[in-house]
Amino acid sequence: MTLEAWVPLLVLCSSLVPGLLIFGLDESRIRLRTTLNLAGAVTKLALVAVMIWGVAHGHTFEVRLTFLPGLDLALRAGPLALLFLVLSSLLWLVTTIYAIGYLEGSPHRSRFFGFFSLCVTATVGVAMAADMLTFLLFYEMLTLATYPLVVHRGTEVARRAGQVYLAYTIGGGALMLLGIVWLYTLTGTLEFTPRGFVSELDPSHHPALILIFIFLITGLGVKAALIPLHAWLPMAMVAPAPVSALLHAVAVVKAGAFGIVRVVYEVFGVEFAALLGVTLPLAILAAATIIYGSLRAIYQDDLKRRLAFSTVSQVSYIVLGVAIASPIATVGGLVHLVHQGLMKITLFFCAGNLAETLGIHKVSEMNGVGRRMPWTMVAFTIAAFGMIGAPPVAGFITKWYLGLGALDAGQHWVLVVLAASSLLNAAYFLPILHAAWFREPPATWPEEREFGRRETARALLWPPLITALAAVLAGLFAAMPFSPLEWARFIAEQEFRRP
Amino acid sequence: MDTAVLVQSGLTAPILLPLIGALLAFVMRRWATPIGLLSVVALLGSVILQVPSLFADGPQRLAVGGWGAPLGVDLYADGLSVAMLLMTAVVGLGISLYAAAYFRDTPARTQAFWPLWLLLLTALNALFLSADIFNLYVTLEILGLSAVALTAIVGGADALVGAMRYLLVSLLGSLAYLLGVALLYHAYGTVDIALLAERIAAEPATWAAMGLMSAGLMLKTALFPLHFWLPPAHASAAAPVSAALSALVVKGSFYLLVRFWVELFGEIAGGVATLLGLLGAAAVLWGSIQALIQTRLKLLIAYSTVAQIGYLFLAFPLAVGTGIMAWSGVLYLALSHALAKAAMFLVAGNLLRFGGHDRIADLDRVVQRLPLSMAAFALAGVSIVGLPPSGGFIGKWLLLQSALTEGRWGWAIVIVLGGVMAAAYVFKVVGHAFTESENPHQAQPVPATMEWVAFALAAAAVLMGLIVSQPLGLLEIGNPFGIQTEGAAP
Repeated sequence: MTLEAWVPLLVLCSSLVPGLLIFGLDESRIRLRTTLNLAGAVTKLALVAVMIWGVAHGHTFEVRLTFLPGLDLALRAGPLALLFLVLSSLLWLVTTIYAIGYLEGSPHRSRFFGFFSLCVTATVGVAMAADMLTFLLFYEMLTLATYPLVVHRGTEVARRAGQVYLAYTIGGGALMLLGIVWLYTLTGTLEFTPRGFVSELDPSHHPALILIFIFLITGLGVKAALIPLHAWLPMAMVAPAPVSALLHAVAVVKAGAFGIVRVVYEVFGVEFAALLGVTLPLAILAAATIIYGSLRAIYQDDLKRRLAFSTVSQVSYIVLGVAIASPIATVGGLVHLVHQGLMKITLFFCAGNLAETLGIHKVSEMNGVGRRMPWTMVAFTIAAFGMIGAPPVAGFITKWYLGLGALDAGQHWVLVVLAASSLLNAAYFLPILHAAWFREPPATWPEEREFGRRETARALLWPPLITALAAVLAGLFAAMPFSPLEWARFIAEQEFRRP
Repeated sequence: MDTAVLVQSGLTAPILLPLIGALLAFVMRRWATPIGLLSVVALLGSVILQVPSLFADGPQRLAVGGWGAPLGVDLYADGLSVAMLLMTAVVGLGISLYAAAYFRDTPARTQAFWPLWLLLLTALNALFLSADIFNLYVTLEILGLSAVALTAIVGGADALVGAMRYLLVSLLGSLAYLLGVALLYHAYGTVDIALLAERIAAEPATWAAMGLMSAGLMLKTALFPLHFWLPPAHASAAAPVSAALSALVVKGSFYLLVRFWVELFGEIAGGVATLLGLLGAAAVLWGSIQALIQTRLKLLIAYSTVAQIGYLFLAFPLAVGTGIMAWSGVLYLALSHALAKAAMFLVAGNLLRFGGHDRIADLDRVVQRLPLSMAAFALAGVSIVGLPPSGGFIGKWLLLQSALTEGRWGWAIVIVLGGVMAAAYVFKVVGHAFTESENPHQAQPVPATMEWVAFALAAAAVLMGLIVSQPLGLLEIGNPFGIQTEGAAP
C-alpha cells in the first residue's frame, strides 16, 4: 500500500484506537484518559490538514478492501469528503475539551469517552466513504455508537429516548439497505461518482429508481430529522450536553444531511434526479420541515428542546439547497453543513453552561442571565443572530446563496420560505436574548455553582467562544481561499461541470 | 505412506480425536476437564490442517479401511463440510473453555459433561464428513442422544421436562429419517450419496423418502411450526449446553437438508422449495415476535434461534435462479449465527451467575457491572440483527441480493423485517442493562474466562463481516452447489 492509502486509515484510527484504549481504562485514570482524547483529536486534525494540502496538490488519498466479489469497501478523501471531515474533526476537538470539563467528576466517563471516540470514528468514516456500501457501514456504526451516549444517564426516560432513537434509525437503516441492494442489482456498482452513475440505465428502470430514491432518502432523512421522521431528536435531549452537540452539529444529523448530498449528487446526479421528478418533492419536504421546526420551536419553554426543534428546521436548509437544482443553491446548502455546525454547537455549549453553572433549563428562567454569565451569552447571541441570518455571521451567507440559487432556478416560492423562516427564527431567539440582556435577574438562580472569579469553568467557556468566533470568521472571510464558502463553490463546480 | 494418504487419513482425526477424548474422560473422571480441553484443542488443530490441502487439491474422499463404496464406509470432505467442521471446532473450543470455568465448583456435573460433550462433537463431525445416508442416521442418533443427555445434566424439573420432550422429538425425527433411508435403499440398492445421486429418479419411492427424511430433519432443525420443543430445551439447559444446542446441533440437521437438497432432491422437487421458504419466513416472523414478548433472557435468545433458523430456509426458494449466491448467503448466516448465538447464551449464563436470575426488566445496570459481557451481547446482537460489519450482514446482503436480482419482493421484505425485529429484541435487553432495577440483586462474581470467551466469540462473528472472501472461497471448494450455479448473477 502506498503512503497515500494509509492516511485515510490513520484518520480512522486516530479516534478508534484511543477509543478502544479508553474503554479499558480505570475510571480514576483521568489524566491518561484526557491525554488520549486530546492526542487523538489533535492527530486527526493534523492528518486532515495533510489531506487538504495533498488534495490541493493533486494527490489522491484512497484505500480499498475487497468485501464481496465485485464489491469493495473504499475510503477516499475528495473535496466533498474533506468539507465534512474538516468540520467534524475541528468540532470534535472543541467538543472533547468541552466534554472533559462538563463531565468532570461524573461516573462512567471511560465508557462515555470510549463511545464518544467511536462516534467520531464513524463520522469520519461516513465522510470518507467512497461508495454507498461503505457509507452504510459507518452510518450504522454511528447509530450503534451514539445509542449508549443517548442512554448514558441510565434513567427510565433515557432508556425510552434511546428506544425511540433506535426504532427510527434502525428502521431507516433497513430501508436504506433495501434500496442499496436493489440499486446494486440494477447497476452492478455503488461507487460515488460526480454527477451520478444511474442516468445511463434503461428508462424502463425509472420507476424502480424513484422508489430507490425514496428508500434512500427515508433512511437518511431519519438522521437528518426531516419531518415526519424527526421525533427522535427532541426526545434525545435527555443526553448530556456534549452528546447533544455531537447529535446536532458534528455527527448524527450531519451524517444524514451529508448522505442526502451524496445520493442526490453522486448517486443520481442532480440533473437526472430533477428529470426523474424527485427533487421538487424533496425541496418541498425540506421547506415544510424548515417551517414546521421553527413553529414548534417557538412553543418550547425547555431551552434544549427549543434548540432541538431549531435543528430540525436548520438542517433542512442543507437539504433544500441540495434539492434546488442550481449550482448557487448547492453552494448554499453545502456551506450550511459547516455553518449550521458552528452555530448550533455554540448554542448547545451555552445551554450546557447555563444548566451546569446556574441550573437553568428553561427559557423562562433566563431573565438577566447575561449579567451573570456575559461571555456565555455573548457567544449565544452571536450564534442566535447567525441562525436568524443577520450579517456578518455565517448563517447570512447560507441564506444569501440559497435565495440567489432559488431565483436562478426559477423557484421563487423558496424566497418566501426563507423569509418566513428568518422571521420565525427571530421569533424564538429574540425573546431569549431580550430576557437575558434586558430583564432583571432573579434574586437566586435555581442551582448555582461557584467558579471563583470566572463565570464558569474554563473548559466550558472557551469552546463556545471559539466556535462563535469561527462562525463570525466564516461569515466575514467567506470570500477568502479555503473558507467553507470557497470550498463549497469548488465542490459545486465539480458536480455541475459538463463532462 | 505418501503425503496424499496422510492428508486423507487426517480426515478421520476430527472424528477420532473427540471420540478418544470422550472415552478417556469417561474412564479417568478426575481428569475430565484437562482431557476435554486437550481434545478440543487437538480437534481444532486437525481441522485447520485440512484447510490448505483442501484449497490445493479440492475435495477429499476417504474409504475407511480401504473398502470403498458401496461396501465400506466412505468419508467425504469438500469446502462446505470443512467450513462446518471449522465452525464446530471454533465454537466448540469457546464452549469448552467456558464450561471448564462454569462447572468448576460442581465435580459431578463436570464428570457428566465432558464425555457427553465430546461425544456430541464426535457425532457432529462424523455427520459433516459421512458420505452415506445410513452412516448419517447413526451420527444423527448419537448427536440427538448426547444432546438430550446434556440438556438434562443441570437437573431440576424444568430441565427434565425440556429434555424429555427433546428426546421424543429427536427420536421421532431420526425414525422418520431412517424410514426414508430404507425406502431409498430398497429402490436404488445403495446408501452412498454419490451413487444415489446418479441413480435417483422422480418416482413415488423417491418422493416418499424425500418427504420422510425432510420432515425428520425439519423437526430436528426446529423449523416452524415444528419448533415447539426448542425454546424449553434450549432455555432450561446449562449455559454452555444451551450455546452448543443453539449454535451447533440444529445446524447439523440443517446441513443434511442442504446436502440432500443440492445433491439428491433439488432437481425433482421444485414446488417444495417454496413451501420450505414459506415455513422459513413464518419462522422469522413468529420467532421474532415471540422473542420480543419474552420477559426472560434465555427464552428470548432461544426464540431468536427459531427466527434465525427461519432465515436459513429462505435459501431453498431463492436458490432457484440464483443458485450459489443464495446458498453461500445462508451458509454464511449459519456460520456467523453459530458464533453469535453461542456468545449470547454464554452471556446469559454470565448474567444468571451474576444476578441469580435472567429477568430482562431487572437486569440492573449490568452495563456498568459486567461491561465485557454486555459488550459481547451487543456485538453478537450486531451480527444477529445483520448490521454491518458482521457475518450476519454478509449473509443477509447475499440473500437480499439474490431476492432482488429476481425481483422477488416478498422474500426481501421478510429478510429486512426480520432484521428490524431482531434489533428490537436485542436492544430491549441492552436498554434495560443500562437502567437501574427496582429490586437490585445480590451480585455474585463471574470468572473472567466466562466473560472473555463470550466476548471472543461475539467479536469473531463481527470479524466474519470484514474477512469475507476466504470463508466464501472455502464454501465453494468442490462446488457442492454445482447443480444450480447456472444463472448465478455477478
